[in-house]
Amino acid sequence: MSPDSGASADIDFEDRMATVDFQVAQQAHIVVDSDVCRSCTTKACVTACPANLFVPMSDGGVLFNYEQCFECGTCYLVCNAEGALTWSYPEGGHGVVMRRS
Amino acid sequence: MTDFDAIVVGAGPAGAAAALRLAKAGRSVLLVERGPFPGAKNMYGGVIYGRILDEVVPRWWEQVPVQRWITRRATMITTAEQALSIDYRTQAWGREPYNGFTAYRAEFDSWLAGHAERAGAVLLCSATVTDLIRDANGRVVGVQTDRPDGEVRAKVVIACDGVHSFLARSAGLYDNFSAEHITVGVKEVLGLPRQVIEERCGLTGDEGLDIEILGCTKGVPGGGFLYTNRDTISVGVVLSVTGLAKAGVRPEELIARLKAHPSIAPILAGAQLKEYTAHTIPEGGYDAMPKLAADGLLVAGDAAGFCLAAGIWLEGVNYAIGSGLVAGEVAAGALAAGDTGQAMARAYDKALRDTFVLADHAKLRRAPHLVLSDRVQTQYPAFICDLVEQVFTVTNPQPKAGMRRWFGAQRRRHDVKLRHLAADALTGLRSFG
Repeated sequence: MSPDSGASADIDFEDRMATVDFQVAQQAHIVVDSDVCRSCTTKACVTACPANLFVPMSDGGVLFNYEQCFECGTCYLVCNAEGALTWSYPEGGHGVVMRRS
Repeated sequence: MTDFDAIVVGAGPAGAAAALRLAKAGRSVLLVERGPFPGAKNMYGGVIYGRILDEVVPRWWEQVPVQRWITRRATMITTAEQALSIDYRTQAWGREPYNGFTAYRAEFDSWLAGHAERAGAVLLCSATVTDLIRDANGRVVGVQTDRPDGEVRAKVVIACDGVHSFLARSAGLYDNFSAEHITVGVKEVLGLPRQVIEERCGLTGDEGLDIEILGCTKGVPGGGFLYTNRDTISVGVVLSVTGLAKAGVRPEELIARLKAHPSIAPILAGAQLKEYTAHTIPEGGYDAMPKLAADGLLVAGDAAGFCLAAGIWLEGVNYAIGSGLVAGEVAAGALAAGDTGQAMARAYDKALRDTFVLADHAKLRRAPHLVLSDRVQTQYPAFICDLVEQVFTVTNPQPKAGMRRWFGAQRRRHDVKLRHLAADALTGLRSFG
């Protein structure tokens, strides 16, 4: 693989996420208002989220899954659509559990 | 009515250090952690520098959960096909009192919090602090957790709740909390037999290698890193979140690109992914820091932005511990004096300035901006690599042109302006000199 090939798929993304321990909470700690996302032209969350949790939908909205979240906060930091993303920490004892990082 | 003298929010290195100091001063202290154990939510670039630990645990190296002692420290300037390394090795760092080491944060943070517990602090895990409790005068008097009946009251709260700093922000201490000052670190922990790691990295026994890499992030402001653990290697990138958003590339693609670099790939051949993680980092330095205290509240560690991203020095855990120790000591003094208001705030600021925590950051306040500038990120690496390549490419029968001519030629080729070089050199000298 040449260094500039983009090198997107050296590890399958599902395999990648399967290496991480998540204690999934009942309640989502991130809430996305897809109506607001529809008016967003950049959708930076889709590419920036290291866990790849934001999926653009055909109607222009964004589908979001909180279960494999690293709780890094990149999504709300790059989000420029007011009110699209409500971000907090998951319930105590839940969420990502990092062991070798 | 208070439940504890002090509540420390977050059992990372800052929180554990603060709780330890308070407990040693004879104060009742609750250390609240949202993860199931200390370190569960923490990820870092990779090296913990030990000198500050001397003040916490005598002969800490005999008991700390170390992966490898760093004896080889390299800075690598790269382009897609080139690499210039400054590769320093000393055996002295592999002996007492040791300089720095790699560790898994799950193990290290638990170890440090264990010392706070043994000193008498009460560690409460799996509890997320959702807000501060304030009295009618706005004074912080406790925290709200997400446990049933989760209100806890104390005379002083120390917020060590990490980079997002929800408590400091809720107390109004940040007036410029901005994505511009935050980077995201994304890393892979890759498994290899320890003997293979030692052979490929030129290490013996518990020795370790740390490589910091510039010019490997496809123009997104940031850098790359590679650290050796006992039987894994951590490799990853640190990226400006705004730069990442603008570039529209995926972070794991940038790791894949770094892993494929000709000077990195041979080290990692055949390695298996063991863990993939991400965490944000406050890299804005001195000018991005919040106010560090309010009535009844102190802020330490990443929550206060005490993370040094100064290119040749990339440190955070040591500043977290250092600031936590100061916060614990100042809080203990304020409790003894019966004044955890303005006097405590002033004492905290002064004490931090008297230590490396704010002294270093004040001195290096211009460094983060310089390190993440376009010139340092993309223009200079290519210029330097091409210049070195020209110097070492033998062109006989053409005679050697000489350094001055090569420098001028590459400077023009890469459009490097002398006034920019001079300005950046001056900033560098002011910061690092």
